Amino acid sequence: MPALNVNPTRMELTRLKTRLRTATRGHKLLKDKRDELMKQFLDVVRENRELRKKVEEGLERANAGFAAAGAVMSPQMLEQALMYPKASVSLDMTFQNIMSVDVPAYHFHTAAGAVGAPYGFAQTSGELDDAVDALSEVFQDMLKLAQVEKTSQLLAQEIEKTRRRVNALEYVKIPQMQEAIKYITMKLDENERASTIRLMKVKDMLLKEAIEDRRAADQAAVETFTPPAEA
Amino acid sequence: MSEYKIAAIGDRDSVMGFRALGLEVVPAEDPEGAKAALHRLAKENYAIIYLTEGLAQHMAPEIARYKDAVTPAVILIPGREGSLGIGLDAVKTAVERAVGADIL
Repeated sequence: MPALNVNPTRMELTRLKTRLRTATRGHKLLKDKRDELMKQFLDVVRENRELRKKVEEGLERANAGFAAAGAVMSPQMLEQALMYPKASVSLDMTFQNIMSVDVPAYHFHTAAGAVGAPYGFAQTSGELDDAVDALSEVFQDMLKLAQVEKTSQLLAQEIEKTRRRVNALEYVKIPQMQEAIKYITMKLDENERASTIRLMKVKDMLLKEAIEDRRAADQAAVETFTPPAEA
Repeated sequence: MSEYKIAAIGDRDSVMGFRALGLEVVPAEDPEGAKAALHRLAKENYAIIYLTEGLAQHMAPEIARYKDAVTPAVILIPGREGSLGIGLDAVKTAVERAVGADIL
């Protein structure tokens, strides 16, 4: 019985009714938001799974390539070949708004001179070229994966938050207020009945008193005007 | 709109190749080093940090810390030992978190 610490007054009742209206409306809105978020989220998450599988496969291929290159070349040579990158990647980030959740959208661009391998071909093996090629192929998908995965994480967080709010309103707040409103209404009705009864009682008592007064007066008059029985 | 950078953290052999693509490569051989690197990169303007699964499995709390922030996006990639399935598990966890059950 959580509602029992409210004042059973008319003012409180009006206040609670307004709050209940707001809460119901908010609940409906949040529920809609949750449903739409969920719809978006499921799309994103499906894409996420596909991309992840693709990227993992691609990276495995690239790693196998590097392993092969490492077998042919000495580690120092390999290190040296990759030490100075020709390309440099930078990233622009804009925000996209999905149901008031800001999710990042990445646009990357490589700096000029990015064509070809960053090393001379004289002292490196062909395996290394293949490996770097495989890696740059999968890199596009890796960027997309980053965007999609971040989006799904942020959406998941927002959905969780919204779901909690919806549930709190639906199962705690709104029933509590309804309970309180019911309690106040009953209390007010009860008060009204009590005061009616009190009025009726008082009226009865007054009436009785009036009748008795009248009776006494009548009696007195009768006694005054009755002639003495034996004069 | 501003310029952000991309980094890769992992054991030397796994992430070496990314250097050829122009990514910032931070070699880390143990989880401790990776944690330090992750925090350092997160403070600078790195938008995406790729992290190998082999290291990631020992630093779940650190990764969770950046999960709800907009930057950086910490993305798990398989290292040279192959996919450990942690990345796909993370997708599953996100679904469970949002929906309450794994529905895919």
